[in-house]
Amino acid sequence: MQIFLPIAEVSVNAFTLLGIGGMVGVLSGMFGVGGGFLITPLLFFVGIPPAVAVATSANQIVASSVSGVLAHLKRKTVDLKMGMVLLAGGLVGSAIGIQIFNILKAMGQVDLLVTLCYVVFLGIIGFLMLIESLRAIKRARGRPAGRPERKKHLWVHTLPFKMKFRASGLYISAIPPIAVGVFVGMLGAVMGVGGGFIMVPAMIYILGMPTKVVIGTSLFQIIFTAGFTTMLHAYTNHTVDVLLAFLLLFGGVIGAQVGTQIGLRLKAEQLRIMLALLVLLVCLKLGVDLLITPKELYSLGV
Amino acid sequence: MMRRLIALLAFFFLPLNAQAEQVVAALSQTRVSVNANFDGSEILVFGAIKREAAIPENSPLDVIITVSGPEHVETIRRKDRRFGIWINVEAQVIGHTPTFYTVASTRALHDILPPLTDSLWKITADKRILPGMRGLPAREALIRLRENDDLYRTREGEVSLIEDTLFDTSIALPSNIVEGTYTTRIFLIRDGEVIDSYGTSINVQKVGIERWLYNLAYQNALIYGVMALAIAGIFGWGASQVFRLIRR
Repeated sequence: MQIFLPIAEVSVNAFTLLGIGGMVGVLSGMFGVGGGFLITPLLFFVGIPPAVAVATSANQIVASSVSGVLAHLKRKTVDLKMGMVLLAGGLVGSAIGIQIFNILKAMGQVDLLVTLCYVVFLGIIGFLMLIESLRAIKRARGRPAGRPERKKHLWVHTLPFKMKFRASGLYISAIPPIAVGVFVGMLGAVMGVGGGFIMVPAMIYILGMPTKVVIGTSLFQIIFTAGFTTMLHAYTNHTVDVLLAFLLLFGGVIGAQVGTQIGLRLKAEQLRIMLALLVLLVCLKLGVDLLITPKELYSLGV
Repeated sequence: MMRRLIALLAFFFLPLNAQAEQVVAALSQTRVSVNANFDGSEILVFGAIKREAAIPENSPLDVIITVSGPEHVETIRRKDRRFGIWINVEAQVIGHTPTFYTVASTRALHDILPPLTDSLWKITADKRILPGMRGLPAREALIRLRENDDLYRTREGEVSLIEDTLFDTSIALPSNIVEGTYTTRIFLIRDGEVIDSYGTSINVQKVGIERWLYNLAYQNALIYGVMALAIAGIFGWGASQVFRLIRR
């Protein structure tokens, strides 16, 4: 069934869009990532103009994150206090990121920067997560009995302004979560994504949050960052296509529910390895596109 | 020099010739409505040749039909290898070019249309699309990109002409067309000259929900953004409620 999208101004198969939304929704529910880094390239592939794809995927991320976070709230796997602290940083970061984005847009190199950001950050994070998860699995196999893991004392524990995060079982300074929020918000605005794929590892490895609450908390703060991005694109660039978003989120919300259920049944290490491989795959694809000689050296439009 | 003079004379005497054979044409539709299930449109162009005298027998008659979309200014970018990676190194703003251009004819264009006549009437894409920039890589790339997207097409031999009197062809408007006025031109060609021409237009416009959403997005962006977020929120919440009921 072909459907004409009013803002994208192209006719696309409605079931293709539902399928893309559903697939990304499953991943979003499983890993607590918004899925922006997957949905945007997939939309390019079906012929949606890049500007519309970036803006509309932010809108779809809001829906799948709302759906996912509600499932997590029921299980009390959301650290709301931590979420608010991260969000406070995130909104500041978004505002800074948008400024950087506009400066680069004026210089005409925004595409390149976005792709490079993807390749660098997806690459580093995917690689680190893969190594860590493999090591964790090896450790678990090596010592099946296992001695109780000693609470690690990270450098973040030495900073001032300590706060209690009961759901995460943490008593740490508010500075690192705010800093993580600012950094992820900034990258999210530049790359046009919610930033979950950076937020999740940052929460685990920098803040030392238990994996159990990481996904719900990440989804919670993504709702607001992605919502902010959507508003901004709708207001300044008029590139949010609600009809496209509707089809994507219809598939997406269902997918997110399915994904959340799958995620709860899998072990944390398995989940991390899968996310790491996925992130590396997208990184590889984007990296290769930068290196190989393009078939067509010219391109039209923005 | 001699050919140019002949062409000039031909142009001068054109009205006289036009009296002899005239084109009368119509379109199957002059308004294309882009609604939610729009998937391209076929426009039938048909007509007849009106003449006072008998059909001249010494030279063949041909019909050329062109359809040209709304004109836009485009930015064309060129990639080059810098520091080992391919990046956009050059952007060029290219003047008014139609977003859609189709030429259909009764026979191969090089057999019926001498370059001079072509230049004069800007019939083929090569003469119609920025002819002054011919040879510039950016202009050639623009034409190539649009041809690859099926937006610029040359369809030789696709106009059928019956008894040198009735003609018709169908022009396919793709699903990714731009809104606006599409101009249709019909040329009667005899001995490499245009003996009559006729122009009409097709109006392509979004209707219904498509029109409403588009206007809202551009005129009331704030309301549109809030609506987009509300839809997202409601659907996210609704899905989680539905799934809770299912699992119970």
